[in-house]
Amino acid sequence: MSTETEAAIAPEIDLSAIEEIIEPYLGKKEMVIPVLQKVQEHFGFLPRPAMEEVSRLMRIPLSRLYGVATFYAQFKMKPRGRYIIRVCKGTACHIQGSPKIADRIEETLGLQSGETTDDLRFTLEEVACIGACALAPVIMINDEPHGRLTPDKIKDILDSYE
Amino acid sequence: MYEKHLMICGATGCLSSGSQSVEQALIEELEKRGIRDNYRLVMGGCPGFCEVGPIIVIYPDEVLYCRLKPKHMAELVEKHLVGGEIVEKLLYKGPDVDVPARFYDTIPFYAKQKFNVLRNSGIIDPESIDEYIMRGGYRAFTRSLEMEPAAICEEVKSAGLRGRGGAGFSTGLKWEFTLNAVGQKKYVVCNADEGDPGAFMDRSILEGDPHAILEGMLICGRAIGANEGYVYCRAEYPLAIKRLKIAISKAEEYGLLGENILGYNYNFKINIKEGAGAFVCGEETALLASIEGKRGMPRPRPPFPAQSGLFGKPTTINNVETLANIPLIVKEGGAVEFASVGTEGSKGTKVFALAGKIRNTGLCEVPMGITIREIIYDVGGGIKGGRDFKAVQAGGPSGGCIPAEQLDLPIDYDSLNKAGAIMGSGGLVVMDERTCMVDLARYFLSFTQKESCGKCTPCREGTKRMLEILNRITEGEGKPEDLDILDSMAYSIKDSSLCGLGQTCPNPVLSTIRYFRHEYEEHINNKFCRAGVCKALFNYKIDPETCTGCTVCARACPVDAISGEKKLPHEINLDLCTNCGSCIEKCRFDAIIIKPVGREADVSN
Ligand SMILES: Cc1cc2nc3c(=O)[nH]c(=O)nc-3n(C[C@H](O)[C@H](O)[C@H](O)COP(=O)(O)O)c2cc1C
Repeated sequence: MSTETEAAIAPEIDLSAIEEIIEPYLGKKEMVIPVLQKVQEHFGFLPRPAMEEVSRLMRIPLSRLYGVATFYAQFKMKPRGRYIIRVCKGTACHIQGSPKIADRIEETLGLQSGETTDDLRFTLEEVACIGACALAPVIMINDEPHGRLTPDKIKDILDSYE
Repeated sequence: MYEKHLMICGATGCLSSGSQSVEQALIEELEKRGIRDNYRLVMGGCPGFCEVGPIIVIYPDEVLYCRLKPKHMAELVEKHLVGGEIVEKLLYKGPDVDVPARFYDTIPFYAKQKFNVLRNSGIIDPESIDEYIMRGGYRAFTRSLEMEPAAICEEVKSAGLRGRGGAGFSTGLKWEFTLNAVGQKKYVVCNADEGDPGAFMDRSILEGDPHAILEGMLICGRAIGANEGYVYCRAEYPLAIKRLKIAISKAEEYGLLGENILGYNYNFKINIKEGAGAFVCGEETALLASIEGKRGMPRPRPPFPAQSGLFGKPTTINNVETLANIPLIVKEGGAVEFASVGTEGSKGTKVFALAGKIRNTGLCEVPMGITIREIIYDVGGGIKGGRDFKAVQAGGPSGGCIPAEQLDLPIDYDSLNKAGAIMGSGGLVVMDERTCMVDLARYFLSFTQKESCGKCTPCREGTKRMLEILNRITEGEGKPEDLDILDSMAYSIKDSSLCGLGQTCPNPVLSTIRYFRHEYEEHINNKFCRAGVCKALFNYKIDPETCTGCTVCARACPVDAISGEKKLPHEINLDLCTNCGSCIEKCRFDAIIIKPVGREADVSN
């Protein structure tokens, strides 16, 4: 996703929700991670104007806020697709062939991990382990796990998400 | 009154095998017959046997049905529920049983297990506090209310419980330190960050028996003089978080959390904090920083959290499984009973997550001191697909591998350490001849390198340099001196890193070099990856003697690199082949062999 698309989306952002999100946490600086989680839940990612607003309301310097947000893998600074594909990179998945699964998804969608399709349909990500090791290799698409995968199952699975 | 209870496994493993649609079909079938109200259906915790999910266990009959599909529900209702007859074809079958098996008594997977921590998982409804109480829940906590804090610590110490989160420190001693620390305000923190890739026991406990964790925390709070607790849980475990929230609100409703609990002068409240995806946050000081809303970076110890922990106050941090053991120990006579199981230095049981190339994947709980062979062959049913066992990785990215020669090693903290592995959180990932040990070491190091928080140089830079060398080796650019360099870097990183992440992350490299040096040498000197994993270091070839010309491989090949007439041996065009492995996975005759690159290379097979 290029910075242009981000800029194109940014002006449409309606920041009024942020005040409501932050309300219960005002003055509680230690709650900054839950606040960012809620803001991301709302926007799908952490847009710059939203970060500025959080910084202002929580009275936390923007640099510190970015320091926290960029530390944790969960926080995304760019818009993401409707469907988030998370390829499990856990040990069990690795030795049962998750690299081949990831290769096939990358080929099929023309994406690298961390990227989003231009139509905002899919975002491809990695996750350290989703704890479904018994069904390795596993991917999650939004909240749905798909287990015991082989590369040839990928196309049908992706096709089922419109 | 219900005629029967039907427990449908609703844990993540079975959910991904489709337990939800099975439940749906079951409900429809019962409603169609108008007998829905005679049965209690529970989307419950995990009976551990993920391999054969989705699972339904029917009580009081104690019959386990497995590998269920929605289409089986009509027969299950008709025969078992209405007719009172066991449906044989849905029972467990496998090479390890002669006749279809019913449950604990006859399924070999369960035969050597002992359920302490998983005592309620799959038996009670995790969302019902009444069922937890009916099984003896909160009794230990009630008893602790009548005890002196020091006496509680003493009991936990005498039981010999050691932390299940990695380091294996005495839990009773840790509590005693916090009890003796000066301060009005103290905290209990439950470490539910379970970041080890390949481990999912904490998740199952949280999903299957959340009240056991709350009770453990309540007892801990009573023992150390704390009145507030935090559960720090990975955001990747949404179901665990949901179940915990339900459990907390029920406990509050029952007066087991809150002010003046059960009329005693004891207040306790529990908060949940969701992690945000950083492995290092499992380390205790990083975890505390994260709860405080900071970047989750570790700090030097001492001071230990027992002196100065959350918000600078004395804090006890315990792992989920550690806390789940507490109610068993603090109940009347529990400490002695607990200590009667296990070995001299390692008491009680341990839950392991069995994954990788093993037949019975899932969770098992076994007494400490059991051998690796027993876990892999008796509980785990041996290696998938009948291949040869190569090694098992214990303790994830901080641990090491244990090779076939050491199969009779007893599982306890000290034996594992001696073998170069660690108990860790209890992930056991089993590997066969198709696993490349160099690639495995590279995999773990790429994980820890990515997760290194960057605060201290040995870990930040050292892991990167080691990873570069391993990448080179797996790409065919290895040099003979690489092994010595890896070895010396590994020890410097271990000696000089700030936290456990750096101190342990070279372990997988060291232990694979220790036990599989020849494999490294073959990669470096012969440019050959015998396991067929490092893509630059092998080619596939079809053995004309074995190939039957069934054409399955040719159809599976995504780049049309395989050609041949039906019923005649096929051939792979190496110019097109991408080593994706689709063919070898599909071939039923083992006709596809792994060869060194280039015709001349002489590597005897
Ligand atoms: C990098 C790193 C990751 C860790 N991850 C976890 C974890 O996921 N869960 C856990 O319980 N302990 C983890 N630990 C161990 C904790 O620091 C701590 O020892 C443990 O929570 C103490 O609880 P216990 O005494 O009950 O085992 C980790 C340690 C390190 C160095």
